[in-house]
Amino acid sequence: MNATTLDASPATAWRAPLETAALIAVLVLLWHLLHLVVGGDALPSPLAASRRLLRLLASPDFAANAGETMRAFGYALLISWIGGLGLGMLLGAHRLTGDVFEPVLVTLYAIPKITLYPVILLLFGLGISAKVAFGALHGIIPVVLFTMTAVRNIRPVYLRSALALRLTPAATARYVILPATLPEIFSGFRVGFALTLLGTLIGEMFASQRGIGYMIVHAMQNNEPQTIVALALLLVAFATLASSLLLAVDRRLRHAA
Amino acid sequence: MSRKGRPKGECRSAQHAGSPVTRAGWIRLGVVALCVAALEVACRLRWIDPVSVIPPSRMALGAWSLLASGEYSQDILLTLENVAMAFGIALVLGFAGGVLLHRMPRLRRAADPLLASYYAVPTFIFYPLFIVLFGLNRWPLVAIGVLFAMVAMALNTLNGFERVPAALHKTARVMGLSPVQETFLVTLPACAPYIFTGVKLAVVYAFIAVIAGEFVLSGAGFGFKIAFAYNNFDNPTMYGLMLLLLLAVGFVNWALTAWERRLHERSAGGCP
Repeated sequence: MNATTLDASPATAWRAPLETAALIAVLVLLWHLLHLVVGGDALPSPLAASRRLLRLLASPDFAANAGETMRAFGYALLISWIGGLGLGMLLGAHRLTGDVFEPVLVTLYAIPKITLYPVILLLFGLGISAKVAFGALHGIIPVVLFTMTAVRNIRPVYLRSALALRLTPAATARYVILPATLPEIFSGFRVGFALTLLGTLIGEMFASQRGIGYMIVHAMQNNEPQTIVALALLLVAFATLASSLLLAVDRRLRHAA
Repeated sequence: MSRKGRPKGECRSAQHAGSPVTRAGWIRLGVVALCVAALEVACRLRWIDPVSVIPPSRMALGAWSLLASGEYSQDILLTLENVAMAFGIALVLGFAGGVLLHRMPRLRRAADPLLASYYAVPTFIFYPLFIVLFGLNRWPLVAIGVLFAMVAMALNTLNGFERVPAALHKTARVMGLSPVQETFLVTLPACAPYIFTGVKLAVVYAFIAVIAGEFVLSGAGFGFKIAFAYNNFDNPTMYGLMLLLLLAVGFVNWALTAWERRLHERSAGGCP
């Protein structure tokens, strides 16, 4: 789940992206070899997939689809992050409430949420609200769990200081708990980001007529491996870029803490 | 998941070891019962459209009649078999991957951003590719399960190896253990609890992926039957199947978590 961060010293920090680039090159090479072994019908070559991707990107309805996905993903992410932060703080601050709900959340985290899609669909109808609900459903639980754990493990002396300074609960949350737990919370945000994207895409695959997820499911039904791989490539690129960025922020926060 | 919160929790659960259910447990039971009752009432009074959601009692009835009729036994068995196979393969591959990443820090550093974004891409979109590769049989589904579960296993194996205290390795060297002895007598027992977390996630992820795969494109299995019931407006069957699935996964998860907690407790020794 969580790729534990490696403490890269500043002198070698520039090497990581280079190494990642090298790894990606090796992976692309392996992909091409696999393509040669199994044939072009099963697995298009990296070159063919990239070409298809470029053509897709240039097509007029792509921008509309991508925009639709980003909008739904943005809303879902906002709900996951802010809702998860609030709920997590509440559950972390009040011991008994946390004890009551933690196992429930862990169980919800573990069930295949995709099977709930008929319920979501029946409740929210086709369209953007179902997608947002699906994305938030996937993303919010890890944020809650990470935040809760972080708030519970806060050093008691901080809370005692807040008490001594007679801070209001809101001020304690804002000026003491939030800064002290930010690195852990951000790790939760990172995991929540990936899962919200997954949830939004799954939502689009079933509950929508537009968006990247819909394009994928359309390509699956029409058996167009080139389009599937091209879209997968796009998603991998987007997710990797975004998570590298979040990982960098994560490391900086941990370093500062 | 971060495991930092464990030590405190362990101590508390150790205190409560005498009573089987804690106070929080009772409250939890009450809250869940209340929610179910509220849903039941809301459905019966038609505050919620019965076309969308049926009362929990009818869901349970649906689940029971599904089990009693035996009509779905074959699909359930098929799904469980696929999950078991995917889990087994993912366990071996994931463990090997974790060891590899641990042994090669440079590879690990390079792979970090890729691993962090791994779960953002819905793995089952590769189902059509797997069908072309493996043919129209169970293996495409198993492959999806393996892909999804493997990385969680690898990350937790890696985490486990990294958490073995340096003092243990030093002690092993002082005592003159061979590398093989050190691996089996020191390293593996020390990281067992963390690896077990990976095992638990691998089970859950294998479930998620196989059922998602069945849901999207398949002609049999648990996930397919749910989708089929949904498309036919067969609410009792759909909710019955969902309930069964949730209970099954919930039970597996609960059992593994209890076992995991015991492992962590043992490795942590006494509470300070």
